[in-house]
Amino acid sequence: MAALGRVCLLLALVVCAYGIGASIYGVRTGRFEFSESGRRSVYALAGILTVAFAVLEIAFLKNDFAFNTVADTSSRTTPTFYKAAAVWSSQEGSLLLWAWLLSLWSSLVLFLTRKRLRDVAAYATAILLGFGGFFVSLMVFYAQPFATTNPAPSEGVGLDPLLRFPTMMIHPPMLYSGYTLCTIPLAFGMGALLARRVDAEWIRVIRRFAFAAWLFLGIGILLGARWSYSELGWGGYWGWDAVENASLMPWLTGTAFLHSLMIQEKRGMLKVWNVSLVLATGTLAIMGTFLVRSGVLNSIHAFGGQTLGVPFVVLIAVLIAASIYLVVSRREMLRTEHRLDSLLSRESVFLANNLVLVALCFVIFWGTYFPLISEALTGHEASVGPPWFDRYTVPLALILVLLSGIGPAIAWRRATLANARRNFVAPIACAMLTLLVLLAAGIAHKAFAIAMFCCGAFVLASISQEFFRGMRARGAMAHEAPPVALVALVRRNRRRYGGYIVHIGIAVLFVGIAASSSFQHASELGLSPGQSSRVGAYTIRYVRPTASVTPDYDSAGTPAGRELSAIIRSERGVTLGPDTARTGATLSLGAVLDVSKDGRHVTTLFPSEGYYASEEPTQGSVGHLIGGQPVSHVALDAGITRDVWTAIAPNIETPRLKRIIALGNKTLPYIHPGEGIVAIAAMASAYMQNPPQAQFHLIVSPMVMWIWIGGLIVGGGALIAIWPAPSVVRRRVAARSRARAEHGLARA
Amino acid sequence: MNPARKRTVRLVVALSVAVVLASALIYTSFSAASPALTPSQLLRQAQPGRSYLLTGTVLAHSVARDGAVLNFSVADRAGSTATAVPVAYTGTVPDPFREGREVIVTVEKQGGRYVGERNSLITKCPSKYKEAPASEKQNS
Repeated sequence: MAALGRVCLLLALVVCAYGIGASIYGVRTGRFEFSESGRRSVYALAGILTVAFAVLEIAFLKNDFAFNTVADTSSRTTPTFYKAAAVWSSQEGSLLLWAWLLSLWSSLVLFLTRKRLRDVAAYATAILLGFGGFFVSLMVFYAQPFATTNPAPSEGVGLDPLLRFPTMMIHPPMLYSGYTLCTIPLAFGMGALLARRVDAEWIRVIRRFAFAAWLFLGIGILLGARWSYSELGWGGYWGWDAVENASLMPWLTGTAFLHSLMIQEKRGMLKVWNVSLVLATGTLAIMGTFLVRSGVLNSIHAFGGQTLGVPFVVLIAVLIAASIYLVVSRREMLRTEHRLDSLLSRESVFLANNLVLVALCFVIFWGTYFPLISEALTGHEASVGPPWFDRYTVPLALILVLLSGIGPAIAWRRATLANARRNFVAPIACAMLTLLVLLAAGIAHKAFAIAMFCCGAFVLASISQEFFRGMRARGAMAHEAPPVALVALVRRNRRRYGGYIVHIGIAVLFVGIAASSSFQHASELGLSPGQSSRVGAYTIRYVRPTASVTPDYDSAGTPAGRELSAIIRSERGVTLGPDTARTGATLSLGAVLDVSKDGRHVTTLFPSEGYYASEEPTQGSVGHLIGGQPVSHVALDAGITRDVWTAIAPNIETPRLKRIIALGNKTLPYIHPGEGIVAIAAMASAYMQNPPQAQFHLIVSPMVMWIWIGGLIVGGGALIAIWPAPSVVRRRVAARSRARAEHGLARA
Repeated sequence: MNPARKRTVRLVVALSVAVVLASALIYTSFSAASPALTPSQLLRQAQPGRSYLLTGTVLAHSVARDGAVLNFSVADRAGSTATAVPVAYTGTVPDPFREGREVIVTVEKQGGRYVGERNSLITKCPSKYKEAPASEKQNS
């Protein structure tokens, strides 16, 4: 099987090389049958990489430890769901996922444009195949996903327990779809410059893909935040970590581009700016991949060796140089057709939004790469922390949210005073009302949070007003009932109203961020059973400890496995697994926490810490069963107004518990490692009978859920905007049925 | 003023504002940054009252909890254990934290002690994207 995978990769490399050559030859000589063939080689690449990906996925599901990546990131005790997701947890597997997704998305865009923009598409094909070839050659020469060891090890290391979280299944594919989709506008932008066809046509072709890239990247970022919040055990969703920042930067420039391209479509302005944004977004996406894969910067997403650094640096340098050369050499063609008429117009609001987004991106870029910059300039590595990021990003985010309320309501070309009064009196009144309510509620000390709430109210009012006016106009013209008119309105102008819904979602999201970061109560302390702690308005009591022990997944059905299960059950206070989070932890120690407010019971939470097996013989026959990395399983009560978030770190390093493990290590032979579970159960029982003080991390933060709700609204709005317009669909269906009818007539 | 002149003025004003803002950003990043040092460098050059980003591995048998304070020593990645920096840390401890792991923590020298900034501890997680399991075995 591994041989099949290797052959696929070599074949893919050949296909890429052929496709690049054919496309460029075709477009240069005008023999478009060659560039047609180049396009088909993208489809072929997609097919080949699908086979390669399937080979690797099957190897993971079948526990084929002859594959080095399987042995390194999976094991028999890893639950099946996580075996399937473990494919992309390794360097090699994630490169394959990248290349595979790139080939799929490229095939889709090239299929949809097969009858348009022949010359631009031919260059784009070559560029996309260039990226494909780059990633495939990384897999052929540097990080081989199909490398094998003979004889195969009998057991693998297992998937990192930190990654055993349900979104692991979708977060990486979403993020990588976003990254790969970012390269499509780049390829077409470069193609348009190379073919010297810089009208709005290529923008119309890739607009939907740019939006899809933005959506997927956004979903990926949000899922990552969600993982950080509920798995990493620190209770935050954003830490200005290098890898987080890397994914945010192309998203920001992508957001800027989605706005400024409307100006180019409508008014023929900002051509240089747009094409630069597209090239920057694609380059930042590649840099993001580079950052994750090379390990140049410190991050909680840690990395192995730096073998991939040099090829990536070369690729990025080539991209930047080519971008600059193309834009500069084609600058005459990119002349604007109009000038900005007035500073009070939708164009200038869009321009301001673009400047703010690019400034945000620059701040984040500088902060993220600061360790490298500082080392290059001063010779000392130094880095800036979250406070530095917050100082600049918070005010910029405020301006951004405010602009998202102004943009949709202000007139194109030149806004008059009457126009402004008509559109902004109600939203400003709403913002002022919010301010008064907040001041009356006595929370004047958090200036930025209050400003964000007011901006949010302004945006909601401004956009609701747009919806209301559109609906009323439609209702009056077509004599429709308001709900019907609303649906019809959105259906007829998907892009516009979908975009407005996105603005609402962003405002909700930022209100959630402002509220949860400014009005959070947190407490970290050690508690013994029976003791309680006050966090904000809540009292959290440590009622009693819990312990569950899970024998080896594979042995559960065997006679020996049944015997072991019976022994575990007989231990006092210990329950037989699987652990509550079902992530394959050998031992799970937790707590029953009673959460109450003003003496009334609110909820009961069960946070726990999972202890996983390691493949480390030196830890002993018993010790290795819990010798892997412990992972905290957070328990939280999420609500519309607040989240109660709890995590526990039990103490298993007491002399008594250590003695049990040491004794087990001495008496139980390593030959049957499964039997060590008996000693683990005895230890868990000892823990239960005499529970030592455990460390708790308790957080009450308001409105965290609004971040996820805002994200869902953004996603919904973006889908409405991306969905093909009904007229296009209808035309296609009509054409198809007409063709069918004609075909039928011809036969009759 | 004619339109062309007006545009030029506007452009110059906008560009100067951008340059001023960018310089402020760059200036503050240098003054707000904490230098990243290895334990041996830190012992040599730490000044009280400044914060440093300490990177190294957690020394074996050095981790002890004292109420809310976590005490541990950080040693050079590939150096002798003699140059270990003892750190008193409070706040969130990431799951992967353990003896032998590589950590990054912001510390400040207070008298003869090094106090870790609250919630600044980052653990490099060794198993994600790792090159070979052998490297982990050597560490632990």
